[in-house]
Order: sequence, then C-alpha cells, then structure tokens
Amino acid sequence: MRYLPLTPDDRGAMLAAVGASSIDDLFSDVPEAARLDGPIAGLAMHASELAVERHMAALARQNRAAGDGPFFLGAGAYRHHVPASVDHLIQRGEFLTAYTPYQPEIAQGTLQMLFEFQTQVARLFGTDVANASMYDGSTACWEAIVMARRVTRRGKALLSTGLHPHYRSVARTMANYTGDVLVDGDPSLEAGTDWAALAAAVDKETSCVVVQYPDILGRIDDMRALAAACQAAGALLIAVVTEPVALGLIQSPGEMGADIVVGEGQSIGVGLQFGGPYVGLFACKAKYVRQMPGRLCGETVDANGKRGFVLTLSTREQHIRREKATSNICTNSGLCALAFSIHMTLLGEAGLRQLAAINHGRAKAAATELAKVPGVSVMNGGFFNEFTLILPKAARPVIHQLAEKGVLGGVSLGRLYPDNDGLANGLVVAVTETVTEEDIAAFAAALKEVLA
Amino acid sequence: MTTLNRAGWRPEMNAGGADDNVTFTGNRALMLEEPLVFEIGSTETTGVDFDEEAPAADLGALARSAPIGLPGLSEGETVRHYTRLSRQNYAIDLGLFPLGSCTMKHNPRLNEKVARMPGFADAHPLQPQETVQGAYAVIHELAAWLVTLTGMHSVAMSPKAGAHGELCGILCIKAALEARGEDRRVLLVPESAHGTNPATAAFAGFSVEDIPATEEGRVDLAALKARLGPDVAGVMITNPNTCGLFERDLKAISDAVHAAGGYVYCDGANFNAIVGRVRPGDLGVDAMHINLHKTFSTPHGGGGPGSGPVVLSEALAPYAPLPFVTRDGERFRLIEEESAGEDHPDTFGRMTAFHGQMGMFTRALTYILSHGADGLKQVAEDAVLNANYVLRNLEDVLDAPFAASGPCMHEALFSDKGLAEGFSTLDIAKGLIDEGYHPMTVYFPLVVHGAMLVEPTETESKAVLDQFIGALRSIALRARNGDPALKSAPHFAPRARLDETLAARKPILTWSDAN
Repeated sequence: MRYLPLTPDDRGAMLAAVGASSIDDLFSDVPEAARLDGPIAGLAMHASELAVERHMAALARQNRAAGDGPFFLGAGAYRHHVPASVDHLIQRGEFLTAYTPYQPEIAQGTLQMLFEFQTQVARLFGTDVANASMYDGSTACWEAIVMARRVTRRGKALLSTGLHPHYRSVARTMANYTGDVLVDGDPSLEAGTDWAALAAAVDKETSCVVVQYPDILGRIDDMRALAAACQAAGALLIAVVTEPVALGLIQSPGEMGADIVVGEGQSIGVGLQFGGPYVGLFACKAKYVRQMPGRLCGETVDANGKRGFVLTLSTREQHIRREKATSNICTNSGLCALAFSIHMTLLGEAGLRQLAAINHGRAKAAATELAKVPGVSVMNGGFFNEFTLILPKAARPVIHQLAEKGVLGGVSLGRLYPDNDGLANGLVVAVTETVTEEDIAAFAAALKEVLA
Repeated sequence: MTTLNRAGWRPEMNAGGADDNVTFTGNRALMLEEPLVFEIGSTETTGVDFDEEAPAADLGALARSAPIGLPGLSEGETVRHYTRLSRQNYAIDLGLFPLGSCTMKHNPRLNEKVARMPGFADAHPLQPQETVQGAYAVIHELAAWLVTLTGMHSVAMSPKAGAHGELCGILCIKAALEARGEDRRVLLVPESAHGTNPATAAFAGFSVEDIPATEEGRVDLAALKARLGPDVAGVMITNPNTCGLFERDLKAISDAVHAAGGYVYCDGANFNAIVGRVRPGDLGVDAMHINLHKTFSTPHGGGGPGSGPVVLSEALAPYAPLPFVTRDGERFRLIEEESAGEDHPDTFGRMTAFHGQMGMFTRALTYILSHGADGLKQVAEDAVLNANYVLRNLEDVLDAPFAASGPCMHEALFSDKGLAEGFSTLDIAKGLIDEGYHPMTVYFPLVVHGAMLVEPTETESKAVLDQFIGALRSIALRARNGDPALKSAPHFAPRARLDETLAARKPILTWSDAN
C-alpha cells in the first residue's frame, strides 16, 4: 500500500515494544460481537494509482464540463476565468497540508494570508471588519440572521423574495428548530425589487431584513432607503452577495448602509466545483464584531516586538465557550479563502473594475441578442452580469432541449421554484467574461429553434 | 490614488537584545520576511490581462465611484508574495504533524489531480441532470462506501464540515422526536467531548448535561443509565473518545439509550482509528458524522474546507436533509425539494446551497479506492500501532493518565503532571517547534490537566516516530528539570511567542494606513 510506510518487520518490532502479541491485542476493547474477521465483505481491495485514475477519469468524462461549449449558468455559482497561478499557489504543500493556525509561530503564512483576506473582503463589501470565512454563502446567510437576533434580541427576520431559494431554504430549515420567525415568499417576475415593501414592513419586532444584491433574478437596486428604515426601527440590514465580482462596478452594500454583509466568494478564485467547496464571506460593522461567528485573525507582536498575526477573540467560539458559543462552526474554508485572496491580489482594484465592466458589457450584449428571439423578453430593469428572460413557455423543458443542442442555457425558475407555476417561464441567464460572442450567437440561435 | 504603500515597507531593525546578528532586510537567509500586500501593491497594478477595454456602464447612482482600496500585484510579484508566505507555515509535507483529533496524515496527490479533472472541477451544480451523471455517480459511489464501512443504513452527504455534520445528525434526532410527538430537551454529552458537541446541541435548542467519566477515562455507564428518562433526547459520544480510548460499553450505552426512547449520536472525528475494523452500526449508533478531511485524507488547507457526511440508522434515515442522489436503473437522479414530497416526505430540509463538498467527495473516493477494504483496515491498525508506540515510549517521562486503561487507539494522551514548577504544556509545545515538529493538540481534552494529545497517524514511519520520541523525551526532561531556555521557546521559528492578550484586547482585524 503506497501510502503506508510501516514494513512487516517494523510492525513486529513495534508490537513487541508495546507488549502486544498481535495487532488484535490493541483492539481488545472492541466488544467481541463487533469485531470483524477480515476486510469488510463486498468492498473492493486496494488499487494502483493508474487503476484509480482510470476509474475516476471515466466518471469525470460522463459530465459535460462548463468549458465544453456555450455556458450561461449562474444562480449563486459563477464561472470565471481563474489565473493559472492561483491553483499553483494553493497547491504549495505549506498551504495545502497545513491546518488551522493553532501554533502561530509556525503558521504566519496562513495567518497573514487570512489577515489580508479579511481586509480585502471588508473593503470589497464596504464594511469595517470581515472574518476568516465560513463554509459557503448559504450558511453564512443563516449565521447572519442568528447574529442579528443576538444583537437586537428580536426574533423576526424579513427575507426579501429575491434571496436565493437555497439560502432561504437553509434559513427555513434552521428556523424550524431555533424558533426564529421568518417572513418570506417567492419572487414575482417584475423589473424591480421588493425592497420598498420590506422598508414598509420593518417594525419593532424585526431583528433583520435580508436582501440579496444582485438578487436571484439578477436585479440590482439602491438599498439606502431600506437601510434607513431598518435603522429607524432598530433592525439590522443584512445584504447577501452571491456574485462579488459585481462589486467592482456597483456600490458595495456597506457603503449603502448594510450592517452585515455576507456572501459567496466562489466566483473569485475558487471555480464551479459542482457546488463545493466554496467560501462563505462574512463582514459587518465594527461595533458588532464580538457577536460575529467564525474565526478571526488579528495583528499583534511577538516577544521580540516583531509584527505577527494570531487567531483572536476566540472567546466567541465553541472550543472555548462550548454551549454558549456564537456558533458551532469549527473549520473555516481556509484554502478557498486563499484562492480568493490570491485571485483578488492578481486582479487588484484596476483589474477587478475591468473584469466587472467586461462582465456587465457582455451580459448587456447577450440580453440584447436574446431579446430578439421571438417571444422572449428581458424582465430586469437593471442588472450586472445576470438577468431573467421570460420565455413564451415553461423554461424547464427548454433547458433540456438546449442541452441537447450543446448549449447550457441558464437556470430555469422551474428548477428553483418547482411549486410555483407563475414562475415557470422564467430563465435566469448569467454571462461572464468566459462567454464569447459566438457563444451568445449559438445560444440565441438554439433558443430560437427550440421555441419555434 | 496611485498606490497604497504611501508609507512604504519599513523593515524593522531588530533593536539589539539577545540577537546581535541583525540584517538590513530583517531576513535571515532562507527565512524571509514578507510585508502585507497592502504595503507592496498598488491599486493600479494588475496581474491579469484582458483582451478588451472595459465598456462604459450606465448604472447611475449605483455605480461604484469611490476607491475600494484593493491593491494588485503583477503575476511574478504575486507568486513570490504567496510563496514567501507559504514558507512561514509548517505542514504535513514538511514533517510529522501530530495534532490529536485532527488526523494530519499524508494527502495523496492523485486526489488533487482527480479533483481538478474538468468534468468535476468545471461543472455547475445546477446543470441539467443528464449532463452531470458522472458527478452523481461519484456521490453515489462514495455514499455506498461510507454506508458499508460504517454498517449503517444510509448517509446524508451535504454537510460542509464536521460541526455541520453534527448539526445534521442532531436535527435528524430532533425531527424523529417531533414525528413521535415527544418533547425531549436534554442531550447528554461527556465532558471530554469536542467543543462543537455542546455548541451544536445548544444551537439546535437542546440543553446539555455532562455525562460523568470513570477513573479510566470512559463514559460511566451506570451514571448514564441513572440519568436516562423521558426528557432525554439522546447522547453525543465520541468513539474512540478524546482520551484516545475505545468506548468499550458503547453497545450497552446504545441499548440503554434506545430502551429509554433516546438516540445515540456518535462524533466520528476519530473514525480513522477503527475504519475497516469496526462498524459503528454494530454498536447501535444512530448517527455519526465522518470528517472526510480526517479519515479520508482530503487536505486540511490551513483550516478547511472540510466535509462532514453523516451516516444514519434506519430510524433516522427518513429525516435526512435534501438534496441527495438516488439511482434509478442506469440513471442517477438528484432528489431536491421538487420530488421530496413523493420520495422523501419526512426530510428536515436543506442545510446548504447545492449538494455538499463535491471537491472533497472526489478526493475521498479516490483515497478510498486506492486503499480498498484491506488497505483501510491496515490504516486503522497502523494508526493505532503508531499511537501505542508513542505512548509506551514516553510514559516514563510524561504522565499518561490513562496508560493503565488498556491500549490507546489512534492517539496518545499525556498530562503536565511532573513538570517543574512554572513549566507547562505550552512550553513543551513551543520546544517541539524548535525541534522541527508541529506540536500535538494542547489543553484538550479539558478533563486532563495540561493535556497533550498526540496523533501520529498511519502515514508516519517507525524512523520518523523514533526521532520524534527522542525529541519529545528530551523536551519533557528539560521541562521536568526546569530548563529556563524552554520558557522562551521557540527560538528558531519565524516568530517568537505572540502576544495573544494584546490581540484580543485591542483587536486589529484589518489593515489600514494608520496601523
């Protein structure tokens, strides 16, 4: 077995050294009824690297990769070009095979990276502070709702209908067990957001209002009035960003008054990965920092006065506070945070702004072309790189017909809201810098054929 | 603003002190200091080229006009920045990393190669199902292995990490109790449990009560039985436990808990010790999370991402979260909210967007197929043998509180008893750093004073263990004899001991020009 260094002689010598006559002696505490005679039946035996690679490659080939043809899916996961150096650097063993920086003297690489990551996220989101990452955007969103309950000591959260349905579903699941009251609903196919209605609905029982920006249908809106309404009622405004590239072009939620900004960082550096691992972003105003979940990295000095970094404010966390912790979260998403941070460093502000502008321009071009298909219209008033098409018939079968023609043409609202017939004709289309003019033309032509 | 590094990078000269060999740069040959990206980058520099000019946008009041403050570097500078940072980290690739309970074993590189195959890495979670049959096949195949290896009924694959898996299992228990119309509010958790256990229980609305331990470091069966009753939802037990011992009475505990109407949650963080040799299903477990990043060696990545699938008993399986993959003949199908009504009506809901940590699934399946049933059994045996070898070679110089309780499993536990006045576990840890090792887990479990939990894992050779034992012996003797040099260790690391109190009292969590 190529990963196990002990030789039979080593094992014999070591058993003798510990006073055991056989390996079974070391498992003598296992009750007799639970002891197994040999390898578990019905499972394959060990295999060579070549054989395993062949098996896995065959499975991989059964998937259509996004890069195999025209590709327009988004809805919370976006395909962007990731520079080659990102993947090279995250595979350095000192990053890849390290763990949580519990011993800061020999983990300054990870710690400094996290400090830089926190700063990048805070600046991108327009907030004072950010943590060292969460599992993903959906879990970060729920943690933000719980945090708002802690801060306000109120238990009613208003969720915008534009919140990603999976995020809403996660919050619903958790709220079932925590007793939080959620006010939510499905979106309607309108050009604008429901934020004005939310501003009118905030009251003295409301802990927070949760809006997504851009929202699940790709809409963008100004949240200043909503932020003011929240502030007046003593509620927190939580903004969810599932496409952080957008913030290279549009104002950050923090600038517009959001108290907590969470998001999915996948679109910078991480890739699609069939849904995970991703990286949850979590940021807020400085005054709430002690109510934050998750790990935080902070600056300090060492015994010689040199600057260094440590994990800090851990009295919020489960390994110290146990049942009184702000969250049960233990790991963060360190390696994905590293990928995010490296990609952000490569882009820099100038690169991010240009990337965002290219995305927006390409999406506008695609919207124009697709709207020319007979019976198809663009729902959105404004959008960044994702918009919703209204088709003349249910979008879900259309997606499969498009796939047969080699085009992955977006995410149907029928998939996201299977119980809502009123949304069935909606199709969410994302257009990033990876989409070419030829891809857009191929999509429009295929859509025209399918709808004819 | 053209640049962020208005102040410039100022290498701080070492102001004399113990070290007179001061360099101009602050570097020491291969030990290189590295400024923050905010001190060396500029907002106009980029390491990414685009083929087109940015088109003008018409976003009105929403346009972002104020500076963001994100510095960029050229590609070469970026590679150098992160390479230099990486060299300030210890890692498994550099040497033994015996962090108890964390299972820092070798991360095979085939797993990395497989995870990067475009069919896996470049697939969108919401692609039409007919275009991602291979991805579903991976999830299904891994699920089958996990179920068979644990002897359980089914598995929930979507939890993102161990603690998320705990929450999944506890929510299954809560849903099962609700289905029975019972309002049981108490979860019994041993004091030696990982902090995530009580935190998870509390998050799900349970109150936590301690289960006492016996002298020998195991759950006190009689005390546990005495506490069971109609208010007890179940127990959360770690097996092997955090003292490194197999919970000999787990089957009897399960039987008693079941008889009293409760459920048994097992923290599977230590499954590495028994994989292929013992099936938790045979011990009456109802739910157990498996840390793929521990037992099945997906890389820890400086603190995640993890992955925490939860195996479930038949009693809890109906409540498992969405989504999951099922097989209809030759075709795999994803059960989501849509079809849940017919296929899985009692589910407690969704825990995360999309389908879980696919990138960890491909790696873990690759690892499992490489080892096979025979190799995984050998994994457990070698992990346990290595830990016992460490325990028996050090128990004369380090107090091993449960050495008499029988063989340890995959980790050896020591305490600070017998160290010289003023010397602590922390000093031993920092001494190990100077010897070129990552320290063991310290001050956990809480039930042992000054705990040191050593988990060598199966991927270390006898020669590596012999050298480690020698190093730890020497440090233990220094601590017993009160060697003052140990108090100021580490001496050779990139940083000396860091002031954690200062960091918490005056938190600086982001960089600013004023810092």
